[in-house]
Order: sequence, then C-alpha cells, then structure tokens
Amino acid sequence: MRRTILPRPGLSLTVFLLWAVITNAASLGLLVLGVVLAIVIPLLTRHFWPNPPRLARPWRALRFLGLFALDIITANWRVARQIIGPLHRLSPAFVEVPLDLRDPFIATLLASIVSLTPGTVSIDVDRQRWVLLVHALDAPDPEALIREIKERYELALREMFAC
Amino acid sequence: MNTATESIISVLVVVGALFALLGSIGLARLPDFMMRLHGPTKATTLGVGATLLASAVFFSDLDRGGISLHELAPLFFLFITAPVTAHLLAKAALHRRSKPGRRQAAKSKAQGTP
Amino acid sequence: MLNAAIEIAFVLIGAALALNVYRLLVGPDTTDRILALDTLGINSIALLILYGISTASSAYFEAALLLALLGFVGTVALCKYLLRGDISE
Repeated sequence: MRRTILPRPGLSLTVFLLWAVITNAASLGLLVLGVVLAIVIPLLTRHFWPNPPRLARPWRALRFLGLFALDIITANWRVARQIIGPLHRLSPAFVEVPLDLRDPFIATLLASIVSLTPGTVSIDVDRQRWVLLVHALDAPDPEALIREIKERYELALREMFAC
Repeated sequence: MNTATESIISVLVVVGALFALLGSIGLARLPDFMMRLHGPTKATTLGVGATLLASAVFFSDLDRGGISLHELAPLFFLFITAPVTAHLLAKAALHRRSKPGRRQAAKSKAQGTP
Repeated sequence: MLNAAIEIAFVLIGAALALNVYRLLVGPDTTDRILALDTLGINSIALLILYGISTASSAYFEAALLLALLGFVGTVALCKYLLRGDISE
C-alpha cells in the first residue's frame, strides 16, 4: 500500500520541502498543492530513477556536509589567489585517480564534490577501469592530490554509504 | 533594520560580487580552456551563492510576516548544476580537441551514412 | 551602508559581465563561448538579485530562478550537440 502511493518517500519529502521553500509556504492552499505534487511527481517519474545505495550513516553524512561547506570556501580562496597571481607559476595537469568504489551513483557524487572543492574539475569517470580523470589548476605533486581526494572524500563517501 | 544585519548583508553582497568578478577574471585571463573552466565553476558559483544568501537575510528581515527561504532553491540548484556543466564542457572540449576524425564519423553515423 | 555596498557590488558584477562578453567575442573555441554564455547567465542572476535587494522587491526572484534553470538546460543542450552532433538521444 505504502509502496504504491509513495514509491520514493525521500523524493516525495524533497519535492514537498522544495515547494514549501519556493513558495515561502505562504498559505494552507499552497501547502496542500505541495502535498499533491509530492505524491504525483514521484509516481509519474518512478521509472526514471536508478536505485541509489542506502545511506548507512546519516550523522556521518551531516558532518561530512559541514566539512564540505568549509572546503568549498577554502578551495575558493585558493583558486582566487591562483587566478590573480602570476600565471607562469601554475602547473596545470591531468591526473588519473584510481577509484576503490564500484557504484555509479557514488562515483557521480564524488565527481561533483571534486569539481566543487580543491583546484580540480572532474572530466570523466571511466566505468571500465574505475578511474576518475581530473584536471587540476595547479598540481606540482599529482601523488599528493590523488591521496587527498581518496582520503578526504572517497573514504568518507564509502563509509557513509557502506560500500 | 539594525546595524548588525545591515553589515552582514553588506559584507555578503560585496564578497559575493567580488567572487563573481574573480571567476570572470579567471575566465578572461587564463591561457587554456581547461584552466578557464576552474574560475566560473567555483568562484562564480560561490559568489552568486553569497548574493542569494544576502537576499534571503534581507527579505527575512524586511517582511514582518516571517523568514524568507525561497532564495535557497536557486542556491542549491546552482551548486548542484555547476559541476555537471563543467563536466560536460570539459568532455566536449576534449572531444573537439583530440578526435576531429571521430567527430566526423559520429556525424555521418547520426545521418545514417557509413 | 547597505546602499553603498550594493552600488559597489553593481560595479563589480558589471565588470564581470564585461569580461564574460570579452571571452564570448574572442573565443577562440566554441566551448569557450558556451562557458562564457553560461557564466554570463549566472552573473546576471546575481545582478537581478542585487536589483531586487536595492528596490526591496522580491518580484525579481522568479526571473532569477528561471534564468538559472534555462541557463543550465541551454548549456547542457549545447554541450550535447558538440559531443554527439545531435541534441536528443
């Protein structure tokens, strides 16, 4: 019964919260419309969604989110200084990060996190060899960069999702 | 509006605009496409994020009715889409740079000719 | 103080938009132009939000949200076109 009306409770909750936030939850009618949308949209789109792995440790995820927010700010500071500073001192490089995780959803998550944080943009996830191709704005030591990405983000993600 | 909230909004607005400008300076100044990608993905996203936060604080303070959170929707949207945009652009750039022959092949395949 | 801060921010964002237009015109590759257009869109979101604060009107918020959505979809469509020579799969 619950499965047929709410195939994805998480998605329904997200749709409802998003609706409440966008409309500023101004009136009861808008909230009722939000509930209707939260039921109808997941039902209509249920065939499109892949099955993401279960979040095993939500508290760990929350702590990671805080750490990630701080990392975004420090990363921006670093990139800002590199952009204004002398360009000939930069050593841009393509770096291949070998992955230990084997889940497409978490690999996507890791690629997005890598793009937003230190001076790197992820370019490709190779799902045959499980390698993340990354472009770094300034990487004098690629080994250190690989270690940083693996220890700081991949390990945390694998712990969170228990895979 | 008291002085504390006003200074918070002012700082967020100026810092946000500064980061947006920095991202654009990176876009205009850096020598290689892959390097140019870094500025707009990180700095500009954070800059606009700070401006949106400032707007949220401003309108929460302005309406006596309650807090204004609807700025959070574009904020999260921008932070989610920025890596996707960067990823696709990087892929497109690599594709164009390295495989002009294969691009031709893909085109003729799309048109149905061998 | 807030008015001065908003004036400064207008100038900074304006300079950012000018730099985006420079990159849009100079190129050299199509991907550079797409990136410049995308950044132009994001910066104009910031401009709209700032204008909303300066006039104390939240009417511009919906425009900013739409600009974010359309900018993203447009950029993705252009990238797909470059990658496959076709927008739909």
